[in-house]
Amino acid sequence: MTALDDLVRDAQIIVTAGSGGVGKTTTAAVLALHGARLGRRTVVVTIDPAKRLADALGLEGLTNAPSKIEGDWPGEMWAMMLDTKSTFDDLVVKHSVDPAQADRILGNRFYKNISGALSGTQEYMAMEKLYELHCDSDFDLVVVDTPPTRHALDFIDAPRRLTRFLDHRLYRILMAPTRGLMKAANVAAQAFVRTVSKVVGAEVIDDAITFFTAFSGMEEGFKNRANTVFELLSAPSTAFVLVASPRRDTVSEADFFARRLGEAGIDVRALIVNRMHPRFGQGLAEATRERARTLQGTDLGGLYTNLADFRLVASREEEHLAGLAERIAPAPVIRVPFLQSDVHDLDGLAEVGTHLFDAPPASRATS
Amino acid sequence: MDPAQFFAASRLVIVAGKGGVGKTTVTAALARAAARTGLTSLIVEVEGKSGLADLFGREPLTYDEVDLADGVRGRTLTPDDALLEYLRDHGMSRISRRLVSSGALDVVATAAPGIKDILILGKVKQLERAKTADLLVLDAPAAGHAITFLLAARALLDAVRVGPINTQAREVLEMLTDHARCQVMLVTLPEETPVNELVDTAYHLEDRVGVSLGPVVVNGVYPEIAGIDADPDDAAAAASTTLRDGEAQSLRDAAAFRRHRTELQREQIDRLAAQLPLPQLKLPYLFNADLGPRELEALAGSLLDGIGELQETRS
Repeated sequence: MTALDDLVRDAQIIVTAGSGGVGKTTTAAVLALHGARLGRRTVVVTIDPAKRLADALGLEGLTNAPSKIEGDWPGEMWAMMLDTKSTFDDLVVKHSVDPAQADRILGNRFYKNISGALSGTQEYMAMEKLYELHCDSDFDLVVVDTPPTRHALDFIDAPRRLTRFLDHRLYRILMAPTRGLMKAANVAAQAFVRTVSKVVGAEVIDDAITFFTAFSGMEEGFKNRANTVFELLSAPSTAFVLVASPRRDTVSEADFFARRLGEAGIDVRALIVNRMHPRFGQGLAEATRERARTLQGTDLGGLYTNLADFRLVASREEEHLAGLAERIAPAPVIRVPFLQSDVHDLDGLAEVGTHLFDAPPASRATS
Repeated sequence: MDPAQFFAASRLVIVAGKGGVGKTTVTAALARAAARTGLTSLIVEVEGKSGLADLFGREPLTYDEVDLADGVRGRTLTPDDALLEYLRDHGMSRISRRLVSSGALDVVATAAPGIKDILILGKVKQLERAKTADLLVLDAPAAGHAITFLLAARALLDAVRVGPINTQAREVLEMLTDHARCQVMLVTLPEETPVNELVDTAYHLEDRVGVSLGPVVVNGVYPEIAGIDADPDDAAAAASTTLRDGEAQSLRDAAAFRRHRTELQREQIDRLAAQLPLPQLKLPYLFNADLGPRELEALAGSLLDGIGELQETRS
């Protein structure tokens, strides 16, 4: 049994993090599939899956609810694609005092922009969905993919960010005109707002004021929820798994994420490195290159040039990984070789699984 | 096509592509290639920490221009700095500091998304107008954000109907859609998913933004090696030498791996050509993954070769 086997058997939540294009979504799906094969009821939440993988997982439309993937395994596998906006809408409805308040907020243009575009909203809503699914007794293991940005882990300080936004000086300035008695003290502030309006247009400011007015009274609910989510993320039953490719830039991004998690007091539980070049024989790249040079112009020279190329890549990849492996130790580093083709069906996911886990239970997808 | 003519076709080249395809490397190589035809170029970086300066063996870029190499300068643009400069230039220096330091920009940017993008593009437009360099190369934000980034101007025209932001958005859109001023070069790897995304992005940009698309850069193409099809034992005999134990197997496996990968790449390159009728510029896969000035020169050379082979289809 590998360490990753234990993780998939025991964890209640697994979060995959890493930069774009490293196979993060695929890895999340592989982990969920393996959970199902171990008899668990798993659900994988993806952010932006490549189209063919989405099709394979039955994720044609945005339903914001998990759909079940049929297959020959003892557990269950469900998958869903995160719909940031409707997750946020649900949250507003949940925390509003009455339906009228919810309607005012949902119809506000400022809100529509926040819920669709505010940087960090997608990350925050991914965590909100995670919490919701975690509390759902239908699932034993929730696997969540994160957006492919540097800000992907900003959700770990979501409570602080949200509080900062709501306690913002500008928020108070914008709210000032509605608080009669404070008006006189805020002449300067209002002059400031007028100038801002001149630059961006008054309707933008009006929308913001209307939103903040409608939102008042809901801050506490949001803050408390954010705190609960953070506690869940830092609990031992939640495992953060980094996904990378062995290139220098993606490894340094993964390293950035590892440090970011470390600052929040969260350990990385495993590093999965996709697309590793194979190592051909034991010779050193330098010596092989030298041999290629002496044989230049012959077929054998070409063969040695090629061998030297791949030996160089393989040793460079290990060099790139060394620092990060040390940083996250004792968490294991799992190396997945270049695959024959991109993964876009359940058999493909199972194939990746053979590189992640020891002796996977013998069962095949029925699709 | 004559490279000098190619680079003179538009003053601004926006380099866009999914994360991990080598967008930043291509940006740097384009700037050096232009410099080698005698043009001055300015690289504009918008996301920070892209490793662009590393390629030139220099310190990270700042808001102020720095020399990166012969004929190549570089700078970074942030929305905050661009806003400060804009307000200062428009007689609002008194509130400018406060607007940025109070975090007002964040709230305003929330109310009107795209405002940060337009601040950056507005500054790019100013640089383009001022003819700061013969060629501006903009390293666009990664992945899907490249589309929203370039769509910002159109979106803001709807959201903000009057005032300076509206003017700015209109002028930026004029620049983006003027084929004599701006073109977008998309970068991909010869692999399935990146090719799919590039095709999607290309149609989105053409239909929704109305930009002109330059050649597609296919990065990381395995160079061909003569002799790789030979059997190692036969090749050794032909070279009158012998192989150590196990060596033939390593050579054979490595050659098979390369042939297989090359075949997969060729399929994807053909598929890209079939789905997207744009000329392709191919850059070689560099086995030495630590790119520096020397590798950059090699890539710039490949680009110049590729441009030289392009047909003059457009006038």
